[in-house]
Amino acid sequence: MLHFELVTPERLVRSDEVYMVTVPGADGDFAVLEGHAPFMSTIRDGDVLVQKTQGGAPETIAIRGGFAEVNARGLTVLAEHTG
Amino acid sequence: MASLKALKIRIGSVKSTQKITKAMKMVAAAKLRRAQEAAVAGRPYAERLEAVVASLARNVGVGASPLMAGTGKDQVHMLVVATSERGLAGAFNTNIVRAARRKAEELEAAGKTVVFYLAGKKGRVLRRFYPKGIAVDRDLSEMKVAGFDHAKAIADDLIARFEAGEFDVAHLFYARFQSALVQEPVAQQIIPVAIPASAAPKLANSGDATVAYEPSEEAILADLLPRNVAIQIFRALLENAASEQGSRMTAMDNATRNAGDMIKRLSIQYNRARQAAITTELVEIISGAEAL
Repeated sequence: MLHFELVTPERLVRSDEVYMVTVPGADGDFAVLEGHAPFMSTIRDGDVLVQKTQGGAPETIAIRGGFAEVNARGLTVLAEHTG
Repeated sequence: MASLKALKIRIGSVKSTQKITKAMKMVAAAKLRRAQEAAVAGRPYAERLEAVVASLARNVGVGASPLMAGTGKDQVHMLVVATSERGLAGAFNTNIVRAARRKAEELEAAGKTVVFYLAGKKGRVLRRFYPKGIAVDRDLSEMKVAGFDHAKAIADDLIARFEAGEFDVAHLFYARFQSALVQEPVAQQIIPVAIPASAAPKLANSGDATVAYEPSEEAILADLLPRNVAIQIFRALLENAASEQGSRMTAMDNATRNAGDMIKRLSIQYNRARQAAITTELVEIISGAEAL
């Protein structure tokens, strides 16, 4: 499973083990699975899709401004606003 | 000795003061809980951002942006002093202002120029000491709850001034919340960004060198560094909000207790005066009766 964290300046919105997350990167959407190579990208305003299980219905979280970081511990999305 | 009536009035006035301080203490306690939660909830973002900035600094080098490398000069220092909008919070504002003044004196002794950026009404006492050194006086009275948008507005303003060459180094002053009893005034350098020493050593097996950046390291840095300034200011506002309420709660608790002591003292004095009056009256009656 992929460790996924969504953080805004106000609070930690989400900290979960999930299957896959699709992030709206500045240069295009990208999906992150477990074991993704280290990666850092700014994000554009859009929706983060969180899939808890393989083939499960994705949950949509709207985010605005920020960036995403993938490292050995998982995916961290630092967004300015959510919802 | 004060007359009975005067004492009675005095006791009444201290009692109503005590009621006010007690109410203020309760309000501060209720607000403190919320402010404290907000301060704690804001910490993860600031910490993660700090880690990312540190790892970027390692990979990209410090020369990439003036927000990271500085202007190459060290002459004009901007002191951003975050204070509260209201008083009656014990030594809360005094401590922050004192920390800022100490820093200013230190810098001036070293031949630097000091300008102030006041965020919050209670920093205005600095006007008395540095009548010409106040660059910005920002009123935060419309800010009921510290929001990121407020911090961002301050940060944008600050960065615009930095890019216009108004100053070379910026320091941020606020009170870090430790507990309702302890609020520690802190000074933090925000421009150019201070890389925490603890983050400096490379993590052994994190494979930092192979991190892919999109669109590019420079673009990320250009986005990240102004954001970092805003976040540091936001954190200061949150910590300040919690510290202010904590400090006020403690101060009002002390005031309530002092008022209680005073009431006790005045009551004793009142009772003694009353007893003395009664005794005098009795003596008068008895000696009057004996004279017959």
